[in-house]
Amino acid sequence: MSHPHPTPQSPLDLFCSFTLIALQGFGGVVAIVQRELVDNKKWLTQEEFIEEWAVAQVLPGPNVVNLSLILGARYFGIRGAMASLAGMLLLPAIIALIFGVLYGMYSAHPGVAGATRGMSAVAAGLILATGLKMSAALQSNPIGKTLCTVIGLLCFVGIALLHLPLIVVLLTLGTLACWLAYRNLTVSS
Amino acid sequence: MNGVVQITLGWSDWATLFEHFFTMSMLSVGGAVSTIPEMHRFLVEQQHWLTDAQFNASVAIGQTSPGPNILFIVLLGWNVGFNTGSILAACAGVAIAMSGILIPSTTIALFASEWLSKNNHLRGVRAFKLGLAPVVVAMLMATGWILAGLHPDGEWQLWLVTLLTALLVWRTRMHLLWLLGAGALLGWFGLI
Repeated sequence: MSHPHPTPQSPLDLFCSFTLIALQGFGGVVAIVQRELVDNKKWLTQEEFIEEWAVAQVLPGPNVVNLSLILGARYFGIRGAMASLAGMLLLPAIIALIFGVLYGMYSAHPGVAGATRGMSAVAAGLILATGLKMSAALQSNPIGKTLCTVIGLLCFVGIALLHLPLIVVLLTLGTLACWLAYRNLTVSS
Repeated sequence: MNGVVQITLGWSDWATLFEHFFTMSMLSVGGAVSTIPEMHRFLVEQQHWLTDAQFNASVAIGQTSPGPNILFIVLLGWNVGFNTGSILAACAGVAIAMSGILIPSTTIALFASEWLSKNNHLRGVRAFKLGLAPVVVAMLMATGWILAGLHPDGEWQLWLVTLLTALLVWRTRMHLLWLLGAGALLGWFGLI
């Protein structure tokens, strides 16, 4: 990474920055992370952000947590990684627990039970929408649109309708898809 | 929580719980949210450590709270521990679930990101990233589907809310909080 742009001052700076980012992210931190790191703090250029994001996204684990970890490690080694991780999770975890306990105390109230039902219906929709948004990126996939759709449908049927364990789907369809991508990349390049 | 269950967990059960989240962490390509179906299968259907309602509420509160979606794991761990009847066990549940879900993925992320950024030009690296894309997208959709399906049968209004939300978020830039708030209000007044 070249260094004409600002960098975080210290692990404490990382901790505070990621705490503030996490606390703004209701129902999805991705948008906030991008705005804060690229537009406001200018720790990363847009191009650098997209590259880091692709890696964070494809690795196992929550993508925003991976991103904070990778950046923290780059600036201050393992101390930076831990500071970023703690910033992303510590205060938000406490807040989530308070929400959870409050819910436990008042869940007998018909309004609260109803509100949770409503919110979980919305939450299911948020996740569906994330999948729909991401599917736009498949247009340019080397596997091709048709095969992407077939693999996606098989994967959906396996998990959503047949309730197959995730590892079975990943090892079969995931391996097949990576092999197809590898083969097509050979042909095109 | 609704439909509280009383469970007893021995040392081997705590170990099994840790092992479950540890495995889920390594499989959570596309985020911890994509492993929700597997967690539901294991925690609710197989082990009966959580009720459907508890599982559903944990995911919903995790989504509603500010911060990464992974926070629902905090609540899953809390509820499994709390079902044994003590706050101390609930705290142990949080610690076990969170360390299980974080240790593998953070370790992999630190080593892999370094290696990947050095080898990004390799065909194998690009095939790995691009090949997993359709699988990851389908996993997210399956997760949404399963969460929507946790409603009792025949509640078409809830499905309608889910589909409407998906359309609005997909097609507009409406703030997600408005949607969660609207869902909460509709539910509070018994409209859905």
